Amino acid sequence: MARGRPRNDEFNSGRVGPLWDLFFRFGPPRWSQYIRSNWAGQRLVVAVPYVWLLLFFLVPFLIVLKISFAEFSPLGRPPFEPIARFLENGALQINVLFSSYDYLLHEPLYVSAWLYSIKVAFFSTVLCLLVAYPMAYAIARATPATRNVLLLLIILPFWTSFLLRVYAWIGLLKTDGVINNVLLSLGIINEPLAMMNTNFAVYVGIVYSYLPFMILPLYSNLEKHDHTLLEAAQDLGAGPVRSFFSITFPLSLPGVIAGSLLVFIPAVGEYVIPTLLGRTDQLMVAGLLSDEFFRNRDWPKASAVAIAMLLLLVVPIMIFQHFQNRELKAARR
Amino acid sequence: MADRRNDRNKHEPWRDPNAQPYVRIENVTKRFGDFVAVNNVSLKIYKGEIFCLLGGSGCGKSTLLRMLAGFEETTGGSIYLDGQDMAGIPPYERPVNMMFQSYALFPHMTVEKNIAFGLEQEKLSRSEINSRVEEILGIVRLGEFARRKPHQLSGGQRQRVALARALVKRPKLLLLDEPLGALDKKLREHTQFELINIQEQLGVTFIVVTHDQEEAMTLASRIGVMNRGEIVQIGTPTEIYEFPATRFVADFIGSVNMFEGRLVEDLPDRVRIQSDQLGGVIYVDHGISAAPGAVVWVAIRPEKITIQRAQPADMRENCVRGVVKEIAYMGDVSVYLVKIDSGQTMRVTLPNMERLSDDERILWDETVYLTWHPGSPVVVIQ
Repeated sequence: MARGRPRNDEFNSGRVGPLWDLFFRFGPPRWSQYIRSNWAGQRLVVAVPYVWLLLFFLVPFLIVLKISFAEFSPLGRPPFEPIARFLENGALQINVLFSSYDYLLHEPLYVSAWLYSIKVAFFSTVLCLLVAYPMAYAIARATPATRNVLLLLIILPFWTSFLLRVYAWIGLLKTDGVINNVLLSLGIINEPLAMMNTNFAVYVGIVYSYLPFMILPLYSNLEKHDHTLLEAAQDLGAGPVRSFFSITFPLSLPGVIAGSLLVFIPAVGEYVIPTLLGRTDQLMVAGLLSDEFFRNRDWPKASAVAIAMLLLLVVPIMIFQHFQNRELKAARR
Repeated sequence: MADRRNDRNKHEPWRDPNAQPYVRIENVTKRFGDFVAVNNVSLKIYKGEIFCLLGGSGCGKSTLLRMLAGFEETTGGSIYLDGQDMAGIPPYERPVNMMFQSYALFPHMTVEKNIAFGLEQEKLSRSEINSRVEEILGIVRLGEFARRKPHQLSGGQRQRVALARALVKRPKLLLLDEPLGALDKKLREHTQFELINIQEQLGVTFIVVTHDQEEAMTLASRIGVMNRGEIVQIGTPTEIYEFPATRFVADFIGSVNMFEGRLVEDLPDRVRIQSDQLGGVIYVDHGISAAPGAVVWVAIRPEKITIQRAQPADMRENCVRGVVKEIAYMGDVSVYLVKIDSGQTMRVTLPNMERLSDDERILWDETVYLTWHPGSPVVVIQ
């Protein structure tokens, strides 16, 4: 301790000179120590994401919520009546109109858009799972070098714009598109298949676009599996198929759930794919939302659709995931 | 004890020329590319034995075990279990079960489910499964933990679940891969004896793989010492320890003082060996089969050497002088490292039978004489 900063005990024992003493007592604050030791400092770091979510999620959400309770004005856009205001006589007037929500429940167009969205999202998720599971399994089982190449290939499409990739599918699927031309020239079909603007095109688009979101969580789960568990199952008399369904699959459920949520949630609200590839006679919720906002200029109804989507989907999923996580955490320890 | 002595052939069937081996491993070889993991191993294991494969890491013992379980195909040779050729039979159709080193318990199943898993594959009735699970839970004393998940158990309890899961199938052969490796020392000792009890109770043949000689010594009826893919010696724990066949075995099992020497007198009932490394003559009171003048190695166990301050009357044989360099007090024994006049260091262990004061004890830098009985050294030729 001949050179450099004196240790704390030296400092306290008064073995260092008065100049050092002054420096330590009144010198510049040491921020690193301040943050590490200080309760407020720790809170500050944690607060950043919360502030972000508050400003860019909660506040906009509340604005949308507020608009959904407003009355339709001929202009169809703000300003709307405030939700609460004091009248001249001092009374508090609260304007909460449920008419938009009421409309959602009774208008068949809305109900069918809802059901259609959930149906498409559900089957897309199932298809994604069926396609992604073998892929994720193969990647998890590959040698490390191959594995990196395969993962890169999964992520590669993200380097092109999502919109462009969906447009590219039009070129593949349309009546005089690549697929039809190839099949015709090979003589497999006699007349072009009608693939554009069908449910099929929507499923192709969604499964193609969201497949990485299913593969990656599945892969990261499967990659951690202990191979000796499968050997143990075999040793106890279970063939490969039984081993898969009683060991690998149950243990991969956290990955299955994570992947399914990552596909299902955005698929319900998917706008681009059904608009470009999908049926013209059947809207999905997002298409409806956009129509209400931009074509009908009915902001309250559009907001009500948005809020209903959030409540009906995200809240149950969050609750489900909360319980699921708790159970799985306990089981995997 | 007297019964056991008289019943030698029953307890030591390998001494009975008419006994039929239960497991026959014949010239088994396993290659991974150019690497020979198991090289031409032949073994006969008898019903009810606890046979230990002992060796350092990479000696091929685990590969041999995995071939018995069916996880690896043999490159050459054959394995017979109870007369049946095991070639081409997948692990899930072999009457063999394995207890994995990591236990490999299914984390998403309760103890009960883990144990029942193997029986469910046999398509037994629910009631049969339940009663067998209950029975085995009783044997391993885990009845009250039946509904727990593996992560809610201690290491020792998990080990017993793994054992129960393998045993409940009533296998012809149970393979144990480092069964006590993950337990702490106290629990290990306790579990070793428990394992032997369960084995005797059920009469299942055990093959244990371990790198821990203490584990092998307590568990095994016989030990097969492996080195570089080959079996170098097969014998009871006593035979392996007291009469190692090669330098490797002598060195690997326990600690040993090894000296190179030359045979100077070779009689049927005694030999004399001149060793420059020792700086003296070693007299051994049993004969060996080697030509006079041959280079041999003499192994002397540290506990078979006496250490004393007084110079013995006869210094010509089985006696060297040295200076104490290090003393390690281990509680039950003390280990002395003595630098002898030839420059070599000898290891001597001394049981601490009495509490001695520092004046009585032999201490650092004292000149001492090391002697041993002519029956103690083991002479190995290779």
